[in-house]
Amino acid sequence: MENLERILTEHPFLKGLDKKHIELIVGCASNVIFKAGDFIFREGESADSFYFIRHGRVLIETYVPQKGPIMIRSREEGEILGWSWLVPPYRWHFDARAVELTRAIALDGKCLREKCREDHDLGYEIMKRFAKIIAERLEATRLQLMDIYGNGTHK
Amino acid sequence: MAHTNNIAERIIESNPMIVQQFRISRKIKETHDTFSIELELPDSMDGFSFNPGQFNMLYVYGVGEVPISISGNPSKNKILTHTIRVVGTVTKAINNLKVGDYLGVRGPYGAGWPVKQAIGKDVVVVTGGIGLAPLRPVISYLLTNREKYGKVALLYGARTPEDILYIKSLEKWRGRFDIETLVTVDRAVGDWRGNVGVVTTLIGKSTFDPLHCIAMVCGPEIMMRFTIMEFIKKEIEEKNIYVSMERNMKCGVGLCGHCQIGSTFVCKDGPVYCFEDIKDLFQRREM
Repeated sequence: MENLERILTEHPFLKGLDKKHIELIVGCASNVIFKAGDFIFREGESADSFYFIRHGRVLIETYVPQKGPIMIRSREEGEILGWSWLVPPYRWHFDARAVELTRAIALDGKCLREKCREDHDLGYEIMKRFAKIIAERLEATRLQLMDIYGNGTHK
Repeated sequence: MAHTNNIAERIIESNPMIVQQFRISRKIKETHDTFSIELELPDSMDGFSFNPGQFNMLYVYGVGEVPISISGNPSKNKILTHTIRVVGTVTKAINNLKVGDYLGVRGPYGAGWPVKQAIGKDVVVVTGGIGLAPLRPVISYLLTNREKYGKVALLYGARTPEDILYIKSLEKWRGRFDIETLVTVDRAVGDWRGNVGVVTTLIGKSTFDPLHCIAMVCGPEIMMRFTIMEFIKKEIEEKNIYVSMERNMKCGVGLCGHCQIGSTFVCKDGPVYCFEDIKDLFQRREM
């Protein structure tokens, strides 16, 4: 646990968080490893956790009938994977698949939601940090939708 | 006769509007809509010197002229390379030319990338789509003069894996320890195992020092706008950000006014600008 606490304390996502809040979060954390090809979660499943990726790469995909899986984002070392655990109905919207050996710290979403309910200061800090992530991802998604490389005038 | 030739050569040297004939020595298919051509110099030329970021006007006889960035290695001045996306009549006509055919060339024109100002600093190059073409000479230049620079990072985004330019060069650069090469695509299928997401998402993953770097950005303006927003978030100073502007260039020497933005002519004063100098023009909608 000491090791998890150190890793989580040093993670940019939790930078500036009180020690007592870190301790609460550590209580919901565990080390996980995924082999290349493993699905970390699949669309429609219950979203009961999120991940601090420590090593490796994960592709977020959606399955299109007659086309197969389309990769829409990747997540790698230092990034957070998953925010559906925070928003009802707590279901994953996409698949997440490790494309290489991936080590992560998994945070139990149910456990953390309960702690956020009990301690609103912790809840605010978690919400604030996820709001930033969600905003960044929304902006990136809009850029993807704009097809920004397709309209260059370099001939 | 020799006297007449000398006069002709002097006229050609002194007049940037005169077109010279170059023979196509090689054609390379880069992607489904983009190709590179290598041109042999005419006998009258010893070499073709250019600064990374400059462009030439390419002329297909009887069809028309088009501005194209030089995409080759500036230290190899016996071959002139251009990378072209087929988007209009002239580029289609160039694509129809074969090895051995001739193409009219005049140039080089415009201001290039600030490779001299970047000496002693980190260099981060952010580019998307065919925007890599005018920046490939920068990468070649930096690698040729590697000891003069700090960290060098190339962040490149393409629509899909099939749209990635210069695959072999990128693989070579990725294998080197003295350049950080990050590539991403907007979407992928099949066995792609790399980054997926827009090029701006790579900026946070790169290890360059934002306080001691020169940033060079080339791509569609919308991509450059969002890239600059990310740079500003990372506290890169505007004076250290350089962008390549694209406008409808015709004469190449600042006379015709086709490429005028405000008080500047992209063909002559650009296409590469310091962002600090043009930020007021950058987002003006009527321009």
